[in-house]
Amino acid sequence: MNILISSTSGEPIYAQIVTQVRQLILQGELGAGTPLPSIRQLAKELQISVITTKRAYEELEREGLINSIVGKGSFVSGADQEFIKEQRLRILEMKLKEVSEESRQLGLSYAELAEMLKLIYEEEQE
Amino acid sequence: MSDCIRLEHVHKSYGSFAVQDISLGIKEGYITGLIGPNGAGKTTLIQMIMGMVRPDRGDIQLFGGQNKEQESAVKERIGYVSDENIYYEQLTVKQMKKVIAPFYSRWDEDTYVKYQELFRLSPGKKIKDLSKGMKIKFSLAIALSHGADLLIMDEPTSGLDPVFRRELLDLLTEHIQDEKKSILFSTHNTTDLDRIADYIVFVNDGRVVFSEMKEALAEKYLLVKGGKELLDRDTRRLFVGIRESAHGFEGLMGNRAEGERYFKDTAICETPTLEEIMYFSVKGSDLRV
Repeated sequence: MNILISSTSGEPIYAQIVTQVRQLILQGELGAGTPLPSIRQLAKELQISVITTKRAYEELEREGLINSIVGKGSFVSGADQEFIKEQRLRILEMKLKEVSEESRQLGLSYAELAEMLKLIYEEEQE
Repeated sequence: MSDCIRLEHVHKSYGSFAVQDISLGIKEGYITGLIGPNGAGKTTLIQMIMGMVRPDRGDIQLFGGQNKEQESAVKERIGYVSDENIYYEQLTVKQMKKVIAPFYSRWDEDTYVKYQELFRLSPGKKIKDLSKGMKIKFSLAIALSHGADLLIMDEPTSGLDPVFRRELLDLLTEHIQDEKKSILFSTHNTTDLDRIADYIVFVNDGRVVFSEMKEALAEKYLLVKGGKELLDRDTRRLFVGIRESAHGFEGLMGNRAEGERYFKDTAICETPTLEEIMYFSVKGSDLRV
């Protein structure tokens, strides 16, 4: 599991962990049931505070992505495929929002944007 | 979550300088950083916790008991690292270790040898011939070799090079892996050890400015940078401390939500670093005196 913390990005460290672990889970790189390092272990590896790591795990738990069992540690939850798909769609939506905002700022019309997307989408398929 | 150190209304006065009414709890199982400028009272606090200095008033408890009773049993559980040399200068590293080891019932010779090698301490060298960094490493090797539940370190990084400071982070985070051991360190250099600190205690001028979870600080404080036209008598009052220059101002606010309401659209709002919190708090308190 690769987690890279940037100290200059301005994004809080706990949020960086959440984003990266979430991505690894949603992309299927961490399958259901995979054990995560213990809070203290991860804090040590990343040279950050225990409480920061704890906060990240709590956030991931709230999102339903991981389960923590007292005395056993934290595991990627066995959330069903529907749920994970839902989460991925949500992320996609967020990205599209960004794209549409950027297009508006560039003065791109919807038709132009759609054309661009179509080209890219078809290109990827080939 | 229990406290391994508790201070209740502790006072200590040294003529012109006084540590006043300090009440604090240091959490078991976590790393706490004691920060503050030179002369803020960090060392006095640590010396009182260690029992090297008696407070004029107030109460200090270690591991839930009174400091005075069973003092040696309590001391055994503490590993102490100081930037001052607390050893006999004329002895060699090996001789000094032989003097110290019997005091601890849980002394672990294998662990000591491991650290001696890791830190490249030469056993035959006299204490007085060790560099400042080497003395700290020796003191650290001792502190880590007797199964201490609490590590207390007074300015441990002041004589250390950046490479070893990083390695120290690994040693300290390793130390608290079992959730029972705690670390308290003091520093005025907030940029290195604060990475791993869970709690921060900030002292200035003999008083505790705050004692908080480090995670909470980012949500409490706000650093505002903007043009000087934003400052008037009312807005000035919102700041903990302000630095003005010819081209604008920088100021620290203690109420993040309020600060964002006022300045979000007109100025740059950032999360301050610990160093910035320390700088503006000290600056602000100087102005009010």
